[in-house]
Amino acid sequence: MHRLIAVLAFIIAALPAGADEQVSSFNLDNGMQVVVIEDHRAPVVVHMLWYRAGSADEPPGASGVAHFLEHLLFKGTEKLAPGEFSATVARNGGTDNAFTSYDYTAYFQRVAADRLELMMRMESDRMKNIQLGEEEILTERDVIIEERNQRVENNPAALFREQASAAQFLNHRYGVPIIGWRHEMPELTLEDALSFYGTYYSPNNAILVVAGDVQPDEVRALAETYYGVIPANPDLPQRERAQEPRQMAERRLVFEDPRVAQPYVSRSYLAPERDSGAQEQAAALTMLSEILGGGTTSVMVEKLQFESQIAIQSGAWYGGRSLDDTTFNLFVVPSAGVSLEQAEQAMDQVIADFMQDGIDAEQLERIKMQVRAAQIYARDDVSSIANRYGRALTQGLTIADVQAWPDVLEAVTAEDIMEAATLVFNRNNAVTGWLRAPEVTQ
Amino acid sequence: MIRFIITFIALLAALPARAEVGIQELTTPGGINTWLVEDHSIPFVALELRFRGGAALDLPGKRGATSLMMATLEEGSGELDSRGFARSVEGLAASFSYDTGDDVVSVSAKMLTENRDEAVTLLRASLVEPRIEQADLDRVRGQVISIIQSDLKDPRNISERAFDTLVFGDHPYSSSRNGTLETVGALTREDLFEAHRNALALDRVYVSAVGDITADELTGLLDKLLGDLPASGGPLPEDAEINLPGGVMVVDFDTPQSVATFAQPGIDRDDDDFFAAYILNHILGGGGFESRLMTEVREKRGLTYGVYSYLLDMDSAQVWMGSVASANDRVAEAIEVIQAEWVRIREGGVTEAELNDAKTYLTGAYPLRFDGNGPIANIAVGMQMEGLPTDYIATRNDQVNAVTLEHINRVAKELLDPDSLTFVVTGKPEGLETTIN
Repeated sequence: MHRLIAVLAFIIAALPAGADEQVSSFNLDNGMQVVVIEDHRAPVVVHMLWYRAGSADEPPGASGVAHFLEHLLFKGTEKLAPGEFSATVARNGGTDNAFTSYDYTAYFQRVAADRLELMMRMESDRMKNIQLGEEEILTERDVIIEERNQRVENNPAALFREQASAAQFLNHRYGVPIIGWRHEMPELTLEDALSFYGTYYSPNNAILVVAGDVQPDEVRALAETYYGVIPANPDLPQRERAQEPRQMAERRLVFEDPRVAQPYVSRSYLAPERDSGAQEQAAALTMLSEILGGGTTSVMVEKLQFESQIAIQSGAWYGGRSLDDTTFNLFVVPSAGVSLEQAEQAMDQVIADFMQDGIDAEQLERIKMQVRAAQIYARDDVSSIANRYGRALTQGLTIADVQAWPDVLEAVTAEDIMEAATLVFNRNNAVTGWLRAPEVTQ
Repeated sequence: MIRFIITFIALLAALPARAEVGIQELTTPGGINTWLVEDHSIPFVALELRFRGGAALDLPGKRGATSLMMATLEEGSGELDSRGFARSVEGLAASFSYDTGDDVVSVSAKMLTENRDEAVTLLRASLVEPRIEQADLDRVRGQVISIIQSDLKDPRNISERAFDTLVFGDHPYSSSRNGTLETVGALTREDLFEAHRNALALDRVYVSAVGDITADELTGLLDKLLGDLPASGGPLPEDAEINLPGGVMVVDFDTPQSVATFAQPGIDRDDDDFFAAYILNHILGGGGFESRLMTEVREKRGLTYGVYSYLLDMDSAQVWMGSVASANDRVAEAIEVIQAEWVRIREGGVTEAELNDAKTYLTGAYPLRFDGNGPIANIAVGMQMEGLPTDYIATRNDQVNAVTLEHINRVAKELLDPDSLTFVVTGKPEGLETTIN
């Protein structure tokens, strides 16, 4: 046994140091893309199947059906009884789950590398063959309603974020919550789920990501056996969703809930996302969010938490990975005794001053150092690399885009960032929200 | 090529997956014990430091001092003020996190090989000579107070606080390790320096390192990093007296979904029956979708999104815990089902098939935990705190497999106690009344 380990260690040491070399990709004849990410340090594999179908692809009136279907895929096929999928994974020492977002639905198992074939056999089976009874549908619908209760209804900040998103996206489905609106969820039917399944679940709309202690040739052979035999869906619709109209006025909301202990102000600006082959603007916005509100040394924290102490917390974030237009976001949590109005004014003053003062070159260099280091740290977690590829490939990017991204970030200049800031900080493209408890009247 | 690979797979399948982690046990010239797993494939090291004691070391009236102290360690030290320290860490792309648990404070560090010495200098300053300036203390205190206020209006936190107060009497566990609005509001710099002396001491430190570092480099690093800490810290607390009377306590809070925290007495990690209890819990409520509680409460009845149980083995108390959340008009039924399952598994035991499935899961999943420098460092330092030998990794699955059906069902009868199963329910639950005095 020791000899085997020593040989393996030698192989690892001989591998090229770069992260890109770990990744290979090919297409099956039916149009399914396969990505293999090698990491031979532990005998583990992560098997993920991503569909280019998320809540933003749902038909009007059936909000939450993408996520509902995700739950129903654990309910059995002709070959597997309800629950048997997960039970089989567990009997093999693995764990499995799934998740749904606006632009994708993904199913994954993490298991010993020598069980990969079993995972492919089961996952390919439920791409086309789920069998559902009326009763299972009703029970599982209760489960997703309890999931909504837990994640949203019991949490005023989550309710507030739903309202703010709905205000930001008047026409695009990003304005509808992934889990579904509360009033539509109880109306979801078996037909709704099967219709979504029939439309979107096919090999030419899926991406297989296999990461861990595997060889690309081995993955190819198995993928051809299990996924390669499933015919493509010739009627797969184009992913052309209703887009936002021109926004002509700032939108504002005040959300009150007695369960709010800590008020805050949030602002989102409609912003471009990363586009394949043209990620430069998104890279500049990514750097802008780091500089303005990415951490302890960011401009917002410096001004609002150290200098004026108006805020106890503040930050910025930008969701660049998105199929359609996305948002650039700011938030400020005021200190005790500071009103939301004062907090918002201070936030706007920081932006105005930043547009005047420009960028501290040392700060930009520190952030680029972090970008370089992130590539080293990322190699320690093959699951996160698998996630990165799955998300990108279901959101309009290519493997080349993912691999170019660190260099695109590295090439961003201070001028690029200021230009992106000028573009994005347009209050006519913004939603400003206040979250607070109602005033108590005696 | 394909034929060769298939042969290779068959060979692997014939061998049960086994965790092979080469741990070196080292002692530094300064007398610090550490475990090292060398792996030079990625140019960084993950370092885990744990100090036994944690928030349970808080002195009377000073609840929250340890936690606030840990949160201010990165707010400036030695020559650097708060922002200077943060800029320096960022410039090196090192990552340091400082956390407080009920029984432990922990420091997790990731450092690039290319600038490790500079990163260690910074980390040392934060651990050994924190400045804890008044302005920084006040700023971080404001953040902690905001968290405490938010917790007071969050049903899950309300439930857990009420549970701790009911169960743990006058032990520090009975209140939040963040402290209360009153205690945190009154903490001074002196209190935090005292908490620092009590918590970060060499007589209670456990260390592991995984990644791109040699044994000589690590021992030198640790003496430099930790050598100037005091030899001994504050006294560890006595065991807690646990009050689990059985029944239901309702905490009124206006929210649509009730959150329930439940528990009965637990079992010590050192107990001969621990592995049997561990497997029993897995079958009852520890697993994924397959546990009895998930099957009965979620899969069959759709009463919740998640229901779980787990063995909580703290230094001063052992409880068998669980949680569930259901809409106000359904939570009573969820609790009824959980109570019935508690009785059913105690009276009827588990089946041979359930035991076998649990064993194949637990033994198969174990080697999959060791899949990165960070995770291995975490496991290695946890093993040291439990007093486990390095070869536990190789023998642990044998201990799981050694549990027989007779053993686990005896433990179910002896340990499971439906009469002491106590529920704290926060919300507006319909059809539930407080039965605890």
